[in-house]
Order: sequence, then structure tokens, then C-alpha cells
Amino acid sequence: MTLKRIGQQEIVLGIFVVLFVAFALFLPGFATTANMLTLLQNVAVLGILGLAMALVVIGRGIDISLIAALAVPPGLVLQMVQDGHSLPVSIAAALALALVFGLLNGWLIAYAEVPSLFTTLATGLFLAGLGQAALFKLDVVQWSEGMSGFERLGQGSLLGIPTPIIAFALVCVVVALLLRQTRIGAYIYAIGDNPFGARVTGIPSRPIIVLQYVLAALIGCFAGLVLASSVNSMPTRIFNSTMIYDVILVVVLGGIGLSGGRGGVFNVIIGTLLIGTMLNGMTIMDVSYSGQNLIKGVILLIAVIIDSFLNPRNEETAQQGDI
Amino acid sequence: MLNIGKRLATMVAGAGLVACAAAPALAQKGLDEPFQGAFKKALAGKTVGYLPVAMNFDLTEGWYAGVKKELEPYGMKVVVRDPNWSTSAGAQALTTLISEKPAAIIVHNPDVQTYARLMQRAEKQGIFIIQVNMGSVYRSAAFVGANWIEIGERDTEAVVKACQGKSNKIAIVQGALSAAASAYTLKGVENVLAKHPEIKVVSSQAADWDAAKAKAITQTVLKQHPDLCGIVGFWDGMDIGTAAAVKEAGLTGKVFVATSGGGERKGACELVKSGAFDLNVSYDVPTQAADMAAMIKWLLSSGAKAGEVKGSIYTTLIPITNENASSDTACWNLSDLKK
Repeated sequence: MTLKRIGQQEIVLGIFVVLFVAFALFLPGFATTANMLTLLQNVAVLGILGLAMALVVIGRGIDISLIAALAVPPGLVLQMVQDGHSLPVSIAAALALALVFGLLNGWLIAYAEVPSLFTTLATGLFLAGLGQAALFKLDVVQWSEGMSGFERLGQGSLLGIPTPIIAFALVCVVVALLLRQTRIGAYIYAIGDNPFGARVTGIPSRPIIVLQYVLAALIGCFAGLVLASSVNSMPTRIFNSTMIYDVILVVVLGGIGLSGGRGGVFNVIIGTLLIGTMLNGMTIMDVSYSGQNLIKGVILLIAVIIDSFLNPRNEETAQQGDI
Repeated sequence: MLNIGKRLATMVAGAGLVACAAAPALAQKGLDEPFQGAFKKALAGKTVGYLPVAMNFDLTEGWYAGVKKELEPYGMKVVVRDPNWSTSAGAQALTTLISEKPAAIIVHNPDVQTYARLMQRAEKQGIFIIQVNMGSVYRSAAFVGANWIEIGERDTEAVVKACQGKSNKIAIVQGALSAAASAYTLKGVENVLAKHPEIKVVSSQAADWDAAKAKAITQTVLKQHPDLCGIVGFWDGMDIGTAAAVKEAGLTGKVFVATSGGGERKGACELVKSGAFDLNVSYDVPTQAADMAAMIKWLLSSGAKAGEVKGSIYTTLIPITNENASSDTACWNLSDLKK
């Protein structure tokens, strides 16, 4: 392998391996099966969101409203059940809300041609505001009797593997199949690589873009259900947190360029694993909060700096939409 | 002695006769209570501003409902300014509130510094400032709220007690590092731990008031230390996650989980009953609301000037355990308070 072929993906994989081996050797209690499962479980929701974001970013878009899709429809499920509706009806209502939300995002971006960054920034605020003003009584929507059994989605385990990990794996498989095995997947890559070229060659780019945002919203909703059932409540205030940066981080760190057309599910998995390993190792070492931020920042900087040395940007490689 | 006793008896009987004769006359005329008119006048038509860090959560909704219920019957108006977790929006809202010249403003500080000067300015202009639950460096007419240090101490004492004869390993799940409430609670924890050198803190991490983060941290800690005997959490809304991690590890009842909160039924009593929390120290929100309303009534009717009087009402804490979690009085329902 020549130096030139080492991209972001390989660099992050390298850092992950080094970190993992170092923790395994020097940190007692790290390299146990139980801890590995905990590590994965703790980043499963982040990973699922990363997959939703990847779908959009590969098609040269971005979805800032993902956290609203994570918080509001699942919050609606908990609220409706609390108000006495049945669980299936509530879930159907939440899925419908996520679907409409995705369609709105997609329509604004594909047909009204509003840039995705601004569209999703605004629609995310709208959905979160709608939830706060009209749907929820309190920020934290509590679990209620009618939900019993559903918590297995976030707290159960299958053959010893916690269900959030299985949920993550499931979404990985679905997204990988979609991207690599179907015509739609190929179209998404084509649109991301060169949107105008894609349209000229006859790819139905507008409907495909709508589909991307619908899928992202639905996956976001699913991630929210996993999150809610794992902590027995939906803290809808999560919309105000910095979680969306973590999601973008996972995607970009894994090597999916924001300019679109590159990367896949594997990149998201690597990005998620790196973040998970860092968090887990630092928690075991009981590193202070500010120390954790410092270490996180340094490792991310190292990854970005190595990348820009090995793959310098110039007029040829820079694309419109690069951030 | 006997003589005096007899005489006294006669006097009492005589007085009774006089009273019997006078009573019908009084009942016919009615007696004016000279102070209630002035009290009503001092309150009627006045406005109270209410500036929480955000609406839509049990504490701030409860305070609002409770204060409104107490003051509106006297013709007072309570206006809310909701900065939705933004400190700068809150400072702006406070500035506009001051220019509207309400009689009093209830302020829920996001930190100890930001609003301090604004509150001082308000009191100079004759507006009483009531600070709730989170005080600032400026002492105003009244502070009504929990003593965070005491909360930290009581939670830790309970955990230390539960750890007797066990591993003595405990974990601490803090709130956000920037929040003074979290730092004060931690001070309380330290106070108790200084007296108990046998207790070993295996993890002390900030979870940013976030249930998912609290769960992730607790899960990792429990995998490393399955013999952990107790956890001190800093807020029940976040410690739902802490408790979920304990439950998933199959350690409910073995790991003592102590936390604190506003005592709303679903967030506090229900979770204690289910075994998620072993202790939830509650700073009963309806009591705090009633205290604030009482302060406002007293201040407005006393004729005192803003800035002249300063005092505190620290809330009497209610420890919610399995023993009282089922009672009607340990917790409160938001829906009842809103009626």
C-alpha cells in the first residue's frame, strides 16, 4: 500500500487499533467481554444516528434536524401512552410524524432547492418547538404502565448481547444493503459525487433526495425509541445538547467526506468504535470531565492533521460543498 | 390560699356574665379588621415577573402553578419569561422585565454570576427580587430554595450507611460542571466523605444532567466494580439512567442509589416505589411555591423598601424512601397544582 492510498478511514482505524491495544494492555478490566459489550451498547444510539447521517451526507447533504427526529416522535409515543392511548396506535402516530417530517425536509431540499443545512436547521427547530409547545407536558416524558414490555428494545438482551447493539447491527445491515446492493444506493452515490451529472444522465435525483431524508428521519425515530427504552424516559431536551456534533463527528471521523459520494457503513462503524473506546477507557480511568474533552479534542485534531498531510487539498480535490 | 381561689372563681364567673351580655351586641354590628383592607390594596393590580431557566419541567412548572394559585385571587398578575436554557436570553428577559417595573420578580439563576448586577439594579429601582433554588452572589430580598450542601450530605450519609459491612466502594454521578447546584452538592458529599476515610470513591464523573450519559458511565463503572455498594446521584431526572444501569446489571437492591429532585410523583415517588431509587431527597416544590408567595405577600404589605431587607427560606427537605413513597403527601402531582 503506498502512502497515497492511506485515507481518513485507515488513519482512524489505525488510531482506534493503537488506542484499543494500549487500553487492553495497560488498563485492567478493559479487555473483558462484559466491558466490550458495555462499550458497544453505550455508543449504539450514536452509531444508529451516524448511519442516518451517512445516508444523507453521501448524497451531498446534511441533516441537522436528526436530533429532533430522535426526540420528538419517540417522545410522542411515551406521551400518548401516558395519556391512555394504546402502544401500537402511539407508535403508528410517531412513525407517521417522522415520515411527514422526512417528506417535508426532502421536499424543501429537492424541489424548493433550499440548501440542506438551512432547511434542516429550521425544520429541526420547528419540530422541537412543536413538541415542546403542543405535544409534551414536560421536557422529560416519563415511562408509564402501558409501555411495559417495550423497554426490552433498550434494556433486554438476546443470546447475551444487549438489544441496542443488535439494533445497531440491524440498521448497519439494512443501510449497507441499500447503499451497496440496490439501484437506489448507486443513485445516492452518483448524486453525491456529481449532482448535475447525475441529473443529466437521467437519474431521478429529486425523489431520491426526498427518500434520503425520509429514511434519515425514520432511522432517527428508531434510534430515539432505543434511547427512550434504555433510560425509561425520553429527555426531549436532548435537542438542545451538542449531540448533533457527535453524530457529524462520527461520520466525518470515519472518513465520509462532507462533499459527498464517498464512504459507507464501515466508516460509520470505525468512527463509532473510536469514540466508544475513548469514552469507555476514560470512564474506567475516571478522567475528569475537562480532561476528557482535552483528550478527545487532541485525538480528533491528530486525525484531521494526518489526513490533511497525506491528502492535501487543492483545486482538483476540493469540491463545492466542502466545509 | 383558699380565699384567693374563691375570689378568683367569682371574678371569672362575673367576667363570663359580662361577656354573655356583650356578645349579642357585637354579633349585630360586626367588627372591622383594620389591616386586611390595606393588605388587599397593597397587592391588587400588582404584577410579579417570573424568570425560570426554562419552562416545561417539573420544578419550574410547579413553582409557576403554585405561585399563581396563591397570588391571582388577590388580583395579582404573574407573567412568565421563558429563556429556554439560554443564559443570554435570560439576561435580556430580565432587563426588559425590570423596565416594565413589576412589584417583584422571581428569578431562577442559571449560575451564580450572570444575573447578579441586573438583580441589584432591579432592587435599586424598588423591585423586590425573590431568588429560587439557585442563589447568586447578590443577596436579594429573599432566597427560597434547597440547601444543596445539605442535600449532598444527606444523600452521602445514606449511601455510607448502606455500605456498612460491604465493599465501601461508591460512585458519584455529578450534574453539569458549570452548574453551582452540582458544585454545592459535591461539597456536601466531600464533607461526609472527609469523616469516613474507609469509603473509596471509584468514580466521580459529570453526566451533564443527561440520563443517557449517566447510564453509560454507571454501566462502565459497574462492569469494573460489580461489588459497588452505593451511588450518589445529583438529580433524579438524570439518575433515571443511573438506575436503569443498576437494574440492567441485576444489582437493584444491592447497589444503594441516592438522588434528589423536586418530588413530582412520576419522577420521584413512583421511581422509589419501583426500587429504582433507594432515597430521593425532595425539596418539595409546592412548599417552595407557597414560601415564595408568602414572601411576596409579606414584602408588598410591609411597606419595606427593596434592598433594605434580605433573608432566606431554606426548604425543609423531605427524604423519600420506600416507607413514605406510597403516601399521598410525600410527592405532588403537577396536574393537581394546576387546577
